[in-house]
Amino acid sequence: MSAARTGRAAWLLQIALFAALAAGAWWLAGTAAEEMRARGIRSGFDFFAQPAGFWISEGVFEFDPAESYLKAFAAGLANTLRVALPAIAAALLLGTLVGIGRLARNPLLRGLCTAYVETLRNIPLLLQLFTWYYLLTAMLPPAAEAIELLPHVFLGSGGLALPWVADGGLSLPQRGGFAITGGAHLSPEYLALFIGLTGYTAAYIAESVRGGLQSVSAGQRQAAAALGLTPRQTLRLVTLPQALPMLVPPLANQSLNLLKNSSLAVAIGYPELVSIANTTLNQTGRAVECIAVVLAVYLLLCAVGIAIAHALESRLRHWERA
Amino acid sequence: MKRLPPPAPIGLLPWLRSRLFDGPASSLATVLILLAAAWLLPGALRWAVSGAVWSADAEACRQAAGACWGMVAEKYRPILFGRYPYEAQWRPLCATALLLAAIVFSLLAPALTRRKPGLRLWPWLGAAWVLAPAGFLLLMGGGAFGLAAVPTELWGGLPLTLLLATAGIATAFPLALLVALGRSGPLPAVRALCAVYVETVRSIPLVPALFLASFLIPLLVPPRLSADVLLRVQVAITLFAAAYLAEAIRGALASVPDGQRQAAAALGLGWWGTQRHILLPQALRAAAPSIANSFVNLFKDTSLVVVVGLYELTGSLELALSGDPQWRSYHLEGYLFIGAIYWLGCYALSRASRRLEFSPRA
Repeated sequence: MSAARTGRAAWLLQIALFAALAAGAWWLAGTAAEEMRARGIRSGFDFFAQPAGFWISEGVFEFDPAESYLKAFAAGLANTLRVALPAIAAALLLGTLVGIGRLARNPLLRGLCTAYVETLRNIPLLLQLFTWYYLLTAMLPPAAEAIELLPHVFLGSGGLALPWVADGGLSLPQRGGFAITGGAHLSPEYLALFIGLTGYTAAYIAESVRGGLQSVSAGQRQAAAALGLTPRQTLRLVTLPQALPMLVPPLANQSLNLLKNSSLAVAIGYPELVSIANTTLNQTGRAVECIAVVLAVYLLLCAVGIAIAHALESRLRHWERA
Repeated sequence: MKRLPPPAPIGLLPWLRSRLFDGPASSLATVLILLAAAWLLPGALRWAVSGAVWSADAEACRQAAGACWGMVAEKYRPILFGRYPYEAQWRPLCATALLLAAIVFSLLAPALTRRKPGLRLWPWLGAAWVLAPAGFLLLMGGGAFGLAAVPTELWGGLPLTLLLATAGIATAFPLALLVALGRSGPLPAVRALCAVYVETVRSIPLVPALFLASFLIPLLVPPRLSADVLLRVQVAITLFAAAYLAEAIRGALASVPDGQRQAAAALGLGWWGTQRHILLPQALRAAAPSIANSFVNLFKDTSLVVVVGLYELTGSLELALSGDPQWRSYHLEGYLFIGAIYWLGCYALSRASRRLEFSPRA
């Protein structure tokens, strides 16, 4: 069989494949449209302009039920980022420390870090979120008897209250008869999600960091020791700078996993994007549209995340060479 | 002049000192860990062991200072089997045992063949994987041999978790293999198609994908074919896991040195032959750790089906406790109980894969 004929057969095969896919998609879309007409389901994105009619318990900005569904989705997206971005930062920090601790000479420290990684990686995140939420709501005293962790930082079953900038000054939480007033307030849903996502992802990040550090060849460490560098100087000046560019792709991957996993909030009732979409879907019946918007937003967020990771990686490689 | 390395510490105390108190940072870590242990461990032990109630006695639990493991003794059946009819729960028990036996047999197979190199286990493995799923579905679903039919909506707990995980692995792996081959193959259109599938799925979370499956699939297929919710969710889990698996396999395929491909071409092997005899055996071995990781993730991800109203292990725990005022306040014990089950499953899977990774020939 000649190369030209193979090429033509391959092209025919591919065209046939695409035709079959297009026909399948056409048929499915046709059945779906017919089915929706038969069940009286209306479609389209016009409902986005209608008033949402539900409250959003917390968020970056105030949301009023009279505002549109579109605004509700924006509030949901803001809430997703409100929990995911701080959790990514915390998980990177904790995961790096635990990953370095996994290679420590001290057996107690090493054992602790290993136990942390092996426990948290092998239990579903959803179960961890439920556990944190239960601990934060059912095991803590009510707001009036909240524990004062630090001066003016209260932790109770109603959440965490902490000092925050307001009206040009510092607003301090005060214990009242029934509730805590002033300062900023973080709900137990937010806290459970933040702690759960951070702890779970940090276990994965620790494994990536450990792998990255171990992949720097032993000769480098021996050379550093021969030059008289202390173990800490070796880590800071030799191992980490070489491991960092290699670590960017897996750490970016874990950060994006955390962002995607924040959608588990729907199970504990934190009003992020997927929860809002779920509420909207139940109210309007526009299931396909709501989920399509959610998927599009996540695709966009992941594309942005990957672009940032690529830029960071090339920057770090230049830094290493310089 | 040649200097000798410092002598290695001899004896327990010097060894401990060289390990635990090697410099200020190490000493600080040791002291902090010991202090934390001294502060937390007695209380934890009091709660979990000495102060705990082990019998299913709600009154004793209310008065005890520690954990109420009696809740597990009282509720283990609804936790493990969900809403399955109570008097027929021997069926999910047998079905679970059957499936677990097949899984354990498969996980131990590499070790067995290593111990006895002449042993041919493939026919036995094949038979186990035909009989176990068939027996599982028959026992769970019934409708034959005098077993009453039980609709899939009532399946729950551990058998559902195992079913979703094993069926997910069994269907996602072949699909992932095809997608990985398609993505590294010579046909540009197929390559693009596979790439779009993998990258799209890897960018979206599983929760909205499950919502999509449970809302969209009933609209897509004609009502007479209407798939039940279990099947819809299984499709979503399979498509989801296959994308991650395909990425792991593709990475390993790309890491096989080019010389292997050239050597295969020189031997006159075609594209399929090269993939089957040269590239895939090497790639799958290299990808074993990440494949095992994907399997572990799939097993953990089955817990998410609770968002579309299926009660696997996590969901059936909520179901068993939330509706019962007498035992409602012992959620923590329940979370620890099913957490231990998940942990055992994941740990066994990753241990088995580690053995595969180090074995001289898989």
